[in-house]
Amino acid sequence: MEQANMEHAEDHGLHLTPEQEYGISKLGMWLFLGTEIMLFGGLFAAYAIFRAKYPELFLESHQELNREMGAVNTCILIFSSLTMAIGVTAIQRGKQMLAGIMILVTIICGLGFGVVKYFEYGAKFAHHIYPDTNIFFSLYFMMTGLHMLHVFIGLAVLGVIMVLTFKGKFNEKYSTPVEIGGLYWHLVDLVWIYLFPLLYLVG
Amino acid sequence: MSEHTHSEEKHITSYKAYFIVWVVLMVLTFLTVYVSYFDFGQLNIVVAMVVASIKAGAVALFFMHLKFEDPITWLYALFPIGLLFLLIGMTIVDTFTRIFPL
Repeated sequence: MEQANMEHAEDHGLHLTPEQEYGISKLGMWLFLGTEIMLFGGLFAAYAIFRAKYPELFLESHQELNREMGAVNTCILIFSSLTMAIGVTAIQRGKQMLAGIMILVTIICGLGFGVVKYFEYGAKFAHHIYPDTNIFFSLYFMMTGLHMLHVFIGLAVLGVIMVLTFKGKFNEKYSTPVEIGGLYWHLVDLVWIYLFPLLYLVG
Repeated sequence: MSEHTHSEEKHITSYKAYFIVWVVLMVLTFLTVYVSYFDFGQLNIVVAMVVASIKAGAVALFFMHLKFEDPITWLYALFPIGLLFLLIGMTIVDTFTRIFPL
């Protein structure tokens, strides 16, 4: 059977074995994550330049940010990465119910992150701090805003994957979408791991 | 080569391993917040970036399974980091070596 599949694949060129499809899907996701790093990279470069040019302004402005709220959000996001990773292992072991619940917890954490951010932005606006206040806050709103957009996209992706998981579409033999959705969610966490100290802690 | 891929079982990380990584991430988060309350001058950002990079490495290696991926995936993962250094490094070099600053 396996042999027949392989020959079939060679005949038509475009037909792939499940293993090949799995490998290619994952590699494609890593390539996409690379472009995401470059997308944020431009903003990190801008941050590096302006921080070097206006160190006092950055030091002064970053003290306006709520360090505790940022730390809480960091914990929420790291925990959501843990539940996502557990969800991937669960589906790889064929445990659909556990995987679905873990993805649900991940989504709830993502929403929690959004709620905290909403209050943070609200507090800034209440203090009349806007994206055009100074270059630090321009970067703050742009970087966290772009990150927030990624959180929302991640939530939409995970929402679809969660529904499909509960419907029993994935199992120990086929879990590619869960793994790839998970990779995206971990990238969101990865970007925040750098944003948090740069904006909230050192300024 | 194809036989090799067929015989190779997909690596599944245990729940326990994830919990350990999570504990490490939380400890490092606490550490980086705690350290930020002290003023070490320029050393603050160095410490913050080193801790962040260790955290990012743990997330990539274990949560994203990079540790168990093949060399081509490693290339895909590391190449953008090289580009990132090029982007930031060259922008800094350009901005701070101009004879007539903008």
